[in-house]
Amino acid sequence: MNKIDTFTITGKKKNRNYIEEAAHIIFAICAVVAILAVVSITAYMIVKGIPAFFKVGIKEILFSTVWEPTAKEPQYGIFFVIITSLFGTALAVVLGVPIGVLTAIFLTEIAPKRIAGVIQTAVELLAGIPSVIYGLLGIYLLCPLMYKLEMALFAGSTTHQFTGGANLLAAVVVLAVMILPTVVNISASSLRAVPESLKAASLAVGASRIQTIFKVLLPAAKSGVISAIVLGVGRAMGEAMAITLVSGGSVNIPLPFQSVRFLTTAIVAEMAYAEGTHRQVLFSVGLVLFAFIMLINVTMTKLLKREAEKG
Amino acid sequence: MNTLIRHKRRKSDMLLYGLIYLSAGLTLTLLIGILLYVFYKGIRVINLELLTTVTSSLRGTVGILGNIINTLYMIVLTLLIATPIGVGSAIYLNEYAKPGKLVKAIEFTTETLSGIPSIIFGLFGMVFFGNTLGLKTSILTGSFTLTIMILPLITRNTQEALKTVPDSYRSGALGMGATRWHMIRTVLLPSAMPGILTGIILAIGRIVGESAALLFTAGSGRALPKAGLEGFFRKFTESSGTLTIELYLQMTNGKYEVAFGIGCVLLVIVLFINLTAKWIAGKFDVRKQK
Repeated sequence: MNKIDTFTITGKKKNRNYIEEAAHIIFAICAVVAILAVVSITAYMIVKGIPAFFKVGIKEILFSTVWEPTAKEPQYGIFFVIITSLFGTALAVVLGVPIGVLTAIFLTEIAPKRIAGVIQTAVELLAGIPSVIYGLLGIYLLCPLMYKLEMALFAGSTTHQFTGGANLLAAVVVLAVMILPTVVNISASSLRAVPESLKAASLAVGASRIQTIFKVLLPAAKSGVISAIVLGVGRAMGEAMAITLVSGGSVNIPLPFQSVRFLTTAIVAEMAYAEGTHRQVLFSVGLVLFAFIMLINVTMTKLLKREAEKG
Repeated sequence: MNTLIRHKRRKSDMLLYGLIYLSAGLTLTLLIGILLYVFYKGIRVINLELLTTVTSSLRGTVGILGNIINTLYMIVLTLLIATPIGVGSAIYLNEYAKPGKLVKAIEFTTETLSGIPSIIFGLFGMVFFGNTLGLKTSILTGSFTLTIMILPLITRNTQEALKTVPDSYRSGALGMGATRWHMIRTVLLPSAMPGILTGIILAIGRIVGESAALLFTAGSGRALPKAGLEGFFRKFTESSGTLTIELYLQMTNGKYEVAFGIGCVLLVIVLFINLTAKWIAGKFDVRKQK
């Protein structure tokens, strides 16, 4: 056997093995970046958000209603802010989900293919519009409308604080529009996944198309619709820039025609100039938001898992 | 006979039909309304001066060239970092990893990342990249923050694309003696390219439209990069507002005309990006071609 030949062959193989190994390791490192990111975001949110709770007190932050961070004796109660985020999100979901689900039904069951395509594209584009544009339209178009409504409703009232139209209701409408694409897309794909046989059976026993949709298809697609709602809640709760101006910005009880502040908008509005304890409390606000979002994420994962187990 | 097959219309059916049509109509109207209104308000503000100059308080003119360049910087840098990581991660998940705890953890965290709101990314980026790593408010800080944000988008699209590559391609290449890396490089990646491209294009859309994650990380600077290579690189460390941030600031100051002008520019970019992504996805859809 030729000695040189053997040498080159083994040499090449060795080289190859190194490259193989290196590729494997590099890809693994890439994959671990996601884990690292989530772990460090969680760690930073906790490390930055906790100190204020010790300094000011958990009760004084979470359950106090007075927010006066720049007063001589500052108070950092974010109770109304939390309530506003929860209530505002709930309202947006109540408004947006039915419209979204009905649009999804139209898309998958009723519309001719051509029109369904147009609506599908519309929904995708709606999802792609930057949130600042929603905010701009909100402040420019929606708020004046709200103001007119407010003037009509509270005409002559001496107790009502007039907001100029930037209020909870305006923010809720903007949020409802913004969660529409999420709701439509996920409901539509779960409706499409319902076996054709179910539909055929229902129609064959004489149910009308509407009965089939609402009594057979929707229940069968229930888990998808629930995921859509959960994701919608996540989107609505996390949205910041679109509602910063539209919601008014004062810390208030969340009533439809009151100027309010959300968890997200509290951060946007004050982070730029906040210092010391005030800044730390804003990080606590971030931590509260983060906790809610993680709760939603975990719920979502559990839902999907249960679905996968069911088959 | 006639009564037997007569369509009996229930009132509740009619009502529900009405609601369904109303909802779908509303969705469509919303989109068309938003597009038309922003174009209508914005188009009259857009002129050469707005697009090719920088805001000057001396001359009292408004220009967004600086913001356009900032946005480009942001897109290119973010994609340069995020694409290899995202694609690599997808390759690992799809080609190397065996099902187990690690894969579950990676998939769960990727899912989690896509659910975290951008304002949280903004806070994290500001503290970690801005303060801890000392990058301050700059393009670098903004890009790193956005990298984490768009990672799931690229990973998931690449993964989907890799899943559609038939297994016979893999066994064919491996059977002919190719190493795994060679197979990935010469067979898998080219076949998965449309999916990867779709992911990248969608990521561009998110970068262009992002605001909350950039407000505290990339800042709001409007200046153009200084001439020369040094100026080009120094730009990475300067506070730089993208188009969305500029829109937000203009809107905050009540300058709605300029805001609509920028909104119009943004919408054109976003529409173009979405349609391109749709086109690529449709053109190369393996399932459709069969």
